[in-house]
Amino acid sequence: MLAAVLTLGTLAGLFGLLLGYSAIRFRVESDPVVDQIDALLPQTQCGQCGYPGCRPYAEAIAAGEADINQCPPGGEAGIQALADLLGRDPKPLNAEHGLHKDKAVAVIDENLCIGCTLCIQACPVDAILGAAKQMHTVIAEECTGCELCVEPCPVDCITMVTIKTDIHDWKWPSPDDRPPDSDLLAGRGTAGLGAAG
Amino acid sequence: MSAPDIQLRDFHGGLHLPANKDISTSQPVRRAPLPSRLVIPLQQHIGEPAAPLVKPGDRVLKGQRIARAEGFVSVPSHASSSGTVVEIDEYPVPHPSGLGMTCIMIELDGEDKWIEPEAEIADFTSLDPSELRNRVREAGIVGLGGAGFPSYIKMNPGPGRRIDLLIVNGAECEPYISCDDMLMRERPDEILGGIAILLHALQAERCVIAVEDNKPTAIVSLQAELARRGEDRIQLIELPTRYPTGGERQLIRLLTGREVPARGLPADIGMICHNPATVAAIYRAIYRREPLISRIVTVTGEGVAAPCNLEALIGTPVSELIEACGGYTSAVDRLIMGGPMMGFSLTTDAVPVIKTTNCLLATTPRELSHPKAPMPCIRCGECAEVCPADLLPQQLYWYAHTRDFDKTQDYNLFDCIECGCCAYVCPSHIPLVQYYRFAKTEIWAQERERQRSELARQRHQVRLERIERDKRERTERLREKKRALKEPAASGEDPKTAAIQAALERAKARKAAAAVAPRNISDLTPEQQRMIAEVDERRRAAARDRAGSKTGAK
Repeated sequence: MLAAVLTLGTLAGLFGLLLGYSAIRFRVESDPVVDQIDALLPQTQCGQCGYPGCRPYAEAIAAGEADINQCPPGGEAGIQALADLLGRDPKPLNAEHGLHKDKAVAVIDENLCIGCTLCIQACPVDAILGAAKQMHTVIAEECTGCELCVEPCPVDCITMVTIKTDIHDWKWPSPDDRPPDSDLLAGRGTAGLGAAG
Repeated sequence: MSAPDIQLRDFHGGLHLPANKDISTSQPVRRAPLPSRLVIPLQQHIGEPAAPLVKPGDRVLKGQRIARAEGFVSVPSHASSSGTVVEIDEYPVPHPSGLGMTCIMIELDGEDKWIEPEAEIADFTSLDPSELRNRVREAGIVGLGGAGFPSYIKMNPGPGRRIDLLIVNGAECEPYISCDDMLMRERPDEILGGIAILLHALQAERCVIAVEDNKPTAIVSLQAELARRGEDRIQLIELPTRYPTGGERQLIRLLTGREVPARGLPADIGMICHNPATVAAIYRAIYRREPLISRIVTVTGEGVAAPCNLEALIGTPVSELIEACGGYTSAVDRLIMGGPMMGFSLTTDAVPVIKTTNCLLATTPRELSHPKAPMPCIRCGECAEVCPADLLPQQLYWYAHTRDFDKTQDYNLFDCIECGCCAYVCPSHIPLVQYYRFAKTEIWAQERERQRSELARQRHQVRLERIERDKRERTERLREKKRALKEPAASGEDPKTAAIQAALERAKARKAAAAVAPRNISDLTPEQQRMIAEVDERRRAAARDRAGSKTGAK
């Protein structure tokens, strides 16, 4: 009897210590839900949702202050992903915050740029290179297409250029998206043979 | 790891298809006529595109390097004949998208003049494996079976990995294609020579040449060459004819009973697979110092007048090869690059032959009919019966159709080799492989997107931190200055005056240091000097006025 009490007591004590230690050692700093939401947002940092960046919006969603349909760059797919994560019903994009557009990058007309640095200050991801009274240029790979630099430019030399699909990021279309016998590229899995597309 | 014993086993699924290879094997390989113009894409391989080394107007010789490899997974490109570079621009290339890519266009002079050849090597065993790899890379050799993976990478098993078995994959299981068959019939010496080089480079002991038993002539020819050389490290194996025995994983399974791990490589289990044409290209690169500038292409189907195999220069327009085979027949319907199971339709025959072009198939509606309208899946399970990768095609189809890409990966979408067996047997005519290709490219695109957004997240984070730090440092500096002003200076002066004095001193010192008179005030006419004096006077007067009004306002 005593042995059993002692054994169980010791075990309980040990596990208590173990749990206590793990609680300190593996402490999670931030709210994991916020991280998960943030991971689904497109990180454009455009502020169209009404919050200063994607993370603040994620925090607002987690706190129940913002709805999940305020992110135009994320589009319907983004809303769907958020709805799946949070177990809510997906809803259409709130048009107040803007419409979903094709991905674009900012391009500075280098003949017009006067080197005022206003766009550099506006860029949320430091994707514009330049200095005062020097011509600026956009690092295309790092531009998120947030359009925040377009407004501040005093000489309107920044335009948003839609990214053209090239051969490297071309995607096979879904057979659901096209009539069965449209053109040469249509699905050719035939009675004859298998996959020739 | 011990060398696996070779005996024929079995793999799951597969199909017996009408081979249709005879129509292109009746004549020996012919050299295609020299085209008037070559179009050489900068990327004909998996990996990074090459960077051009020539510009329009440059004269190039046959075999000259015209683009250099960029990055690790990349190989250079060479001019396939002599002529003048006329343009470097976007041009349609053979790709299922029908999109273009940067290509180097060469107007040929018809002389077909070689670049000064480098000294031939009598004995490759004097070269160490890394030197051999470099030469194979410099020759621009990629897998000629269709995937186009740079071969030099496959010659380097990596540290701590031993290659026990080299497999030369001469199965050529897809209907219609016969370029490897013809190569094995006509040039067994090149293949066996290449194998000897590869065995040396890989430090491997054994090689198996696997050939489907529907190529008896090739088998006889290889056997004769083997007997002539008395080579005992190389074994020739006849495979039963079944599609897709030529799939790398299926072939390894068939020969050794071993399974290549999912997302792994044959090198993980001590094996390397090469296509016979690649092996022959390696032989030519090492012995004759020839870069990869031509390949054998099967031009076949009922849509061409005289099907045959042609040795074509890389960059030759497809239309010229069709012409060399007597042109199209009147019933031609579609032009496919690759075979009928795994190839893709071309939208134009203006595209060039590239390193991975093994077959051009012009079909008539009779031999390759148009797809019937798909009907709903009835879950008959035929597709799972024939899947050589042991997957569940109907499940993959279902999740690709509903765009549940996580689930498609749970069902091992990326183990699918797109052989087309499932679509071939599907009684509902569902274009299954199209769904898998769609899902794969969609998943890759999502992954790229995820990486981009991760980069943006990090950059945004760093920016916020920087702004925060700048702000903190500014307030810190300001506080520091204020504190300094409050403390009495050592000399007992008013700290403010001292600070102003110090600033003035600094400015003076700077001026003295840069004591260069402006050049535009030397050699002035009296008229100009008078004008400058006037302006100066005006400015001084204005300054006085301003000072006066300021004190007045006080």
